[in-house]
Amino acid sequence: MGLKTALYDTHILQGAKIVDFGGWEMPLHYGSQIEEHHAVRRDAGMFDVSHMGVIDLEGDRVRDFLRRLLANDVGRLTTPGKALYSCMLLPGGGVIDDLIVYFISDTRFRVVVNAGTRDKDLAWISRHAADFAVTVALQRDLAMIAIQGPNARDKTLPLLAPALRGSAGALAPFCGAAFDSWFVARTGYTGEDGFEVMMPADEAAKTWNALRAQGIQPAGLGARDTLRLEAGMNLYGNDMDEQHHPLESGLAWTVAFEPGGRDFIGRTALEGLRGAAGNRLVGLILEERGVLRSHQKVVVAVTARDGAAGDPAAPPRADATAPRTGEVTSGTFSPTMNRSIALARVPSGAASSVQVEIRGKMHAARIVKPPFVRHGKVLIPV
Amino acid sequence: MSNIPSDLRYTKSHEWVRREQNGTVAIGISDHAQSALGDLVFVEVPDVGRAVSAGEACAVVESVKAASDVYSPVSGKVIAGNAALAAQPELLNQDPYGAGWLFRVQTNSPADEAALMSAADYANYLADSAK
Repeated sequence: MGLKTALYDTHILQGAKIVDFGGWEMPLHYGSQIEEHHAVRRDAGMFDVSHMGVIDLEGDRVRDFLRRLLANDVGRLTTPGKALYSCMLLPGGGVIDDLIVYFISDTRFRVVVNAGTRDKDLAWISRHAADFAVTVALQRDLAMIAIQGPNARDKTLPLLAPALRGSAGALAPFCGAAFDSWFVARTGYTGEDGFEVMMPADEAAKTWNALRAQGIQPAGLGARDTLRLEAGMNLYGNDMDEQHHPLESGLAWTVAFEPGGRDFIGRTALEGLRGAAGNRLVGLILEERGVLRSHQKVVVAVTARDGAAGDPAAPPRADATAPRTGEVTSGTFSPTMNRSIALARVPSGAASSVQVEIRGKMHAARIVKPPFVRHGKVLIPV
Repeated sequence: MSNIPSDLRYTKSHEWVRREQNGTVAIGISDHAQSALGDLVFVEVPDVGRAVSAGEACAVVESVKAASDVYSPVSGKVIAGNAALAAQPELLNQDPYGAGWLFRVQTNSPADEAALMSAADYANYLADSAK
């Protein structure tokens, strides 16, 4: 039997189809994954994300510790409650996990990590925290519900404790507010506005049912995946992992090379990879019928001078148009666009028209810049 | 409990077969199969005229979750594919035994069909698989 969140029995009562996810028994959907997807884009849906790891870090040198541990720079966080998305890297640059870190106070930060990587993350964090005398505490007694969609905040606010309602309602995007054991952040993984609400596990079922009574649609991991992919957001284990560094995973924007003196784990390796041709993560839209799936082969023509490292004055390489291959890292059917979309890792400089092999046949696809959908609007012409 | 019409025959891979006139059969996937797959978003049916063998993969159904092959339960020649599914793959979820049929085959081996499960046997098979 897998691990269960505080909401497991509630999910069963509400008709969830349960699947294993990173060792947890989680809802895949409650009937129709596509309807749940549309509910989030058009109104409001909610996800049980209690399987994610909430880790509190405390100590006088906690900020110094995180500036060493994370590729993004918590030095950018100056207002309590402000959040930052970052990768945590191996010395060689491979991604151990992606996470969100919240600045609570000068001596306390909160980190939210993926469920499937929680144990290795804890081990890695604890190992490095010792040098900074930072304590590491996994918050096992918290549940977390993500409420997402254009009406998510309006439907959630009335249910919060009065002492939290005002500060939660005033939150800017990517900021959080705390009250007692509750923590509300204006964050998410769908490309829509909304909250992620952490609360004591024994209050989760009551809260979930109250949110449902507000007309918020329960949604499972299936819709969570199609929503995040439309939003152009990476999934750990698919789009980046320990074998792939942020610069070839569409995550260069999360690596803070400035200030130059900050010696974060993985920095030396990434500096060596900066500007190298290598691969990059791109969006794909399938031009034909069918569905893109992870691990499908992508055949590309590299027409540029082999990517960013090329000297603009140099003549094109002799093999400049030789077909090369990449791979779909996440693919799905987009319910909002009614087309198949994907993220794929392809050689730098690939021409925008590509071919994807689906069950032995080649299908035309086009490289685009994610996100595909944000705030209910399709951003890529189909 | 899933719907299992008594006038059809079934395979362990969850196809159904309906006997029609003149040695032709219609083929689709069961209510159990469509429910397990979830919302279907893409269906590929075999070309008319294609010769198929019993057990051969000849159609593909894809849900938001995954792609699955559909195996012809009988040998023969494909005489029709359900063209409506290209634009409306959800017909397969809504009406798996009716508007969601996949293809029709002119059989040349009646024994194939006789070897398939009855509705009662398929119900037992599903119950056993769920244990």
